[in-house]
Amino acid sequence: MVWKNQRIQVFVLLTGLFCGSFGLANAAEPIRLGVAGAHSGDLASYGLPSLNAARLVVKEVNARGGVLGRPIEILAEDDVCKPEIAINTATKLISEKVDIVIGHICSGATKATLGIYNDAKLVVISPSATNPELTQSGRYPNFFRTIAADDAQARQEVDFAIKTLKLKKLAVLHDKGDYGKGLAEFAKGFIEKSGAAEVVLYEGVTPGAVDYSAVVQKIKRSGADGVIFGGYHPEASKVVSQMRKKGMKTVFISDDGVKDDTFIKVAGQYAEGVYASGPKDTSTNPLTKAAILAHQKEYGSEPGAFFLNAYAATLAAVNAIDKAGSTDFAALVKALREQTVETPLGAIRFDESGDAIGVGFSMYVVRGGVYQEVL
Amino acid sequence: MWAELKKGAAVAVWFMFLTLPIMVVKVNPIEQTVVWRWANLVWLGAAVFVLTVVGRYCSRHRTELSAFWPDAHPLLAHPQLKRFLLIVLALLATLFPLFFSSYQINIMTTALMYAVLGLGLNIVVGLAGLLDLGYVAFYAVGAYSYALLNYHFGLGFWAALPIGGLLAAIFGVLLGFPVLRLRGDYLAIVTLGFGEIIRLILENWNDFSFGPSGIAGIPRPGLFGLTLSVDDAIMYIYYLVLLLGLITIFVVNRLRDSRIGRAWIALREDEIACQAMGIDKTKTKLTAFALGASWAGMVGVLFAAKTTFVNPASFTFLESAIILSIVVLGGMGSTVGVVIGALVFILLPEYLRAFADYRMLLFGAIMVGVMVFRPQGIIGNPRRRSYPLPMAAADQEVGHE
Amino acid sequence: MEYFLELFFSGLTRGSIYALIALGYTMVYGIIGLINFAHGEIYMIGAFTALICATVLTIWGLPPLAVLGLSAFAAIIWSAAYGLTVERIAYRPLRHAPRLSPLISAIGMSIFLQNYVLLAQTADFVSFPALIPDFAWLEPYRSIIGSSDLVILLTTAVVMLLLTILIKGTKIGRAMRATAQDREMALLLGIDVNLVISVTFVIGSALAAIGGVLIASHIGQINFAIGFLAGIKAFTAAVLGGIGSVPGAVLGSLLLGWTESFATGYISSDYEDVFAFALLVLILIFRPSGILGRHHNQKV
Repeated sequence: MVWKNQRIQVFVLLTGLFCGSFGLANAAEPIRLGVAGAHSGDLASYGLPSLNAARLVVKEVNARGGVLGRPIEILAEDDVCKPEIAINTATKLISEKVDIVIGHICSGATKATLGIYNDAKLVVISPSATNPELTQSGRYPNFFRTIAADDAQARQEVDFAIKTLKLKKLAVLHDKGDYGKGLAEFAKGFIEKSGAAEVVLYEGVTPGAVDYSAVVQKIKRSGADGVIFGGYHPEASKVVSQMRKKGMKTVFISDDGVKDDTFIKVAGQYAEGVYASGPKDTSTNPLTKAAILAHQKEYGSEPGAFFLNAYAATLAAVNAIDKAGSTDFAALVKALREQTVETPLGAIRFDESGDAIGVGFSMYVVRGGVYQEVL
Repeated sequence: MWAELKKGAAVAVWFMFLTLPIMVVKVNPIEQTVVWRWANLVWLGAAVFVLTVVGRYCSRHRTELSAFWPDAHPLLAHPQLKRFLLIVLALLATLFPLFFSSYQINIMTTALMYAVLGLGLNIVVGLAGLLDLGYVAFYAVGAYSYALLNYHFGLGFWAALPIGGLLAAIFGVLLGFPVLRLRGDYLAIVTLGFGEIIRLILENWNDFSFGPSGIAGIPRPGLFGLTLSVDDAIMYIYYLVLLLGLITIFVVNRLRDSRIGRAWIALREDEIACQAMGIDKTKTKLTAFALGASWAGMVGVLFAAKTTFVNPASFTFLESAIILSIVVLGGMGSTVGVVIGALVFILLPEYLRAFADYRMLLFGAIMVGVMVFRPQGIIGNPRRRSYPLPMAAADQEVGHE
Repeated sequence: MEYFLELFFSGLTRGSIYALIALGYTMVYGIIGLINFAHGEIYMIGAFTALICATVLTIWGLPPLAVLGLSAFAAIIWSAAYGLTVERIAYRPLRHAPRLSPLISAIGMSIFLQNYVLLAQTADFVSFPALIPDFAWLEPYRSIIGSSDLVILLTTAVVMLLLTILIKGTKIGRAMRATAQDREMALLLGIDVNLVISVTFVIGSALAAIGGVLIASHIGQINFAIGFLAGIKAFTAAVLGGIGSVPGAVLGSLLLGWTESFATGYISSDYEDVFAFALLVLILIFRPSGILGRHHNQKV
């Protein structure tokens, strides 16, 4: 223990020397922002956009002189979306004395780490962990998210299918993943409870399989007039394409993971008429435009999944630190709950359980190669 | 020297050709745009050139350089030195948590857990010579047995530990029966399939295992009813795993020198000769599977207790591959080798975090590199090779003994 | 009946793709007894090369058919080059090493190649241009068989035929068979074993590249991780048919494709992979060397 303290002393001394010798005005210690998620491995495409988002926000804030006169520093840690690695990631971030964490990306990893962060009194804002339990269990007062929970989305989709489209026979599909299957379970439950429609097929498709035609044939045989799919756009576009290629006109309803322009681009003509639930349309929001433009400028490509959610999460974090005037846990939590912040998702703040208020949800349909809000 | 430069240039040109499409061109098929990144090609060519020239230079002076990596065996064979080293190691391991952050303790715990897994798999692969690519299944059985028993019946860690081990052993026997007749790589693919089946069942059978969303809130191991803070709990688990590791090393060493251990080794070397000698093949193979699996089961219980959360994503084929790599990389059949292998394999990706995105790339490259330059593993045990040696090599072996 | 036919063809398509990849496994295994875990990655690289080529050529304004031909050709060339290089770097130095060392080296290579493509290209799914045109005359039957399915079936059949001719009828084919039977004896007979092994890797990789191009344009998108699952399945198929046997790999692949497709159709897709592996275990219990595998007589 003695040694540890000595190291800190040496560190402080060196830092002091360093700053003193250069006479930097910006001698304030940076605010450390941990960004955790899958940055490698097969789920990297869901984690890297969030990292990019955080980097962009931080770059902009630092260009303005930082928060509370302190620059922000990003500590990015990879958890490959695996709970056991996420634990290491979390303890590493805590050891490095981060002030706030953006992440984790996958619900499983988030679930595994929240307890540790809670004990360390660290605020965690996830752009993408949608498991309802995370907020609804009330076990994690340190957890916030800028994305709607699975059950809210499933409810929206089912209501839309039954009430607006008047569908009677629904096939519920999922991608066997944490997110997709969770959503599909809720959707199935809601449909069965409603009594207005029946679930004629409930199946999982294997992500990365070389062919989906067998499952498509099965949907056809089940006589479903609508498909509710829980999962992400790669699988959704494969299933839809194969359905349309077989000449099936079954309505296809999906979720936030599909309400992504990449889906339309990848599925092309087959995307026409697909419904998806997603956050309220904010593409006209100047902040959204600026964020996407910044990404294109910095990385030369369109932003990926959860980019706007992560952008909003980082903005909320920065705003909370600014309004709280410190990085103290209680003050941060209070600020997140009380202070409304302008983000690409709209003006948001968080409720008692940690879900975002102001992230509206609506249904979209693909018309003429773009998602249009269904009114 | 000139020849080396020429060779270097040739290799560089080959690699520049090889990486031309993937490194240089980045396309967006939807927007129909192309980015040409010629700079990548230049850097790659230069790097390959330098590496080849240096590499060839080194390999020519291999005999002088190899002095830097002496064979560890003569060193370890020295009894006094060995004892001294062991004492230092024991001290280091015991005092480790007092000086390092919880992050360091945590990854060290993980490494030790993999060391135990490696030692367990070593019974099956290293001693009995049965290539098992689905070892992670038993790990999953252990983890889920604690998670589920705790969820449904509120069973504590200490009660779950032996149950997890036992259940895994039963699964080991279950797997063992159908594969008794299979040899070599057929066995490998069936075990791989078995591992995948277990994971898929956990993923799809929601009523039983809660599917992909997993089971959260598994309690950490208790210490006489005390409530521990996270930091203390991490330290406590570290000592538990250390203890389990020591017990494993002790038991595995004793097993190896026992009657059954000798039967395993004999079975590995020559199955038919074994039967002729009156060794019960079925029993010998099944005990290897069961004993190997039981360690995985116990580590599984510890895993669930450590992460407080389990879901099927933790039990993929890659995990089996990593455990097997630990065994082979460390040196088949050698206890020290497996422990070193586990430390290298688990700590390396963590320390490679500094390289961020390049972490797994380097990890793969290092795996290949170690195998190419040390095919027998870090602590190779030349006596315990698992394939019939050609005559010339066999003569050399005799010379060593 | 129509449903059965639909599933039959869906399984056949699947099986054909598996066969193209499985052949690479089985040929390499036959010759050097190594499970080439990086083979799935070669397939993935083939698909990426084709994608890059197709996009560039389309931008340059070439007609679709030329784009298809040239990008398939490029995929084959580069996949073969990768196969060759992987063998040279990761396997050749280990030819006399303990049996498991090349296996670990292969796993390392697989991790390396996946992350190489991830870093050099992208982590996202990329949409793959529909290189295979839609045949109008197939329209009435499209609920049973699509045009890409048909192209996959025909290509696979042609490739199998060519491969059989190569192995049975040519000098290099004979050298390959000789090396597979007894490497040392082949060496003594003056066969350049290194060359034979290299050729095997080149052919195996080229077949995987064809598979990559076909499946990518069939399913419409690829990413850096597609090689893993396809590789595992193809490997399973190769073992099912009897690893080392070329007709066995084809038979095993088709069997696997049908099992998956019928299991999905008549039972549930939740457990499609479970059925695939269960089939493997069942068959190996009754035929421990696979369906067409050579049974080795053990000698003491």
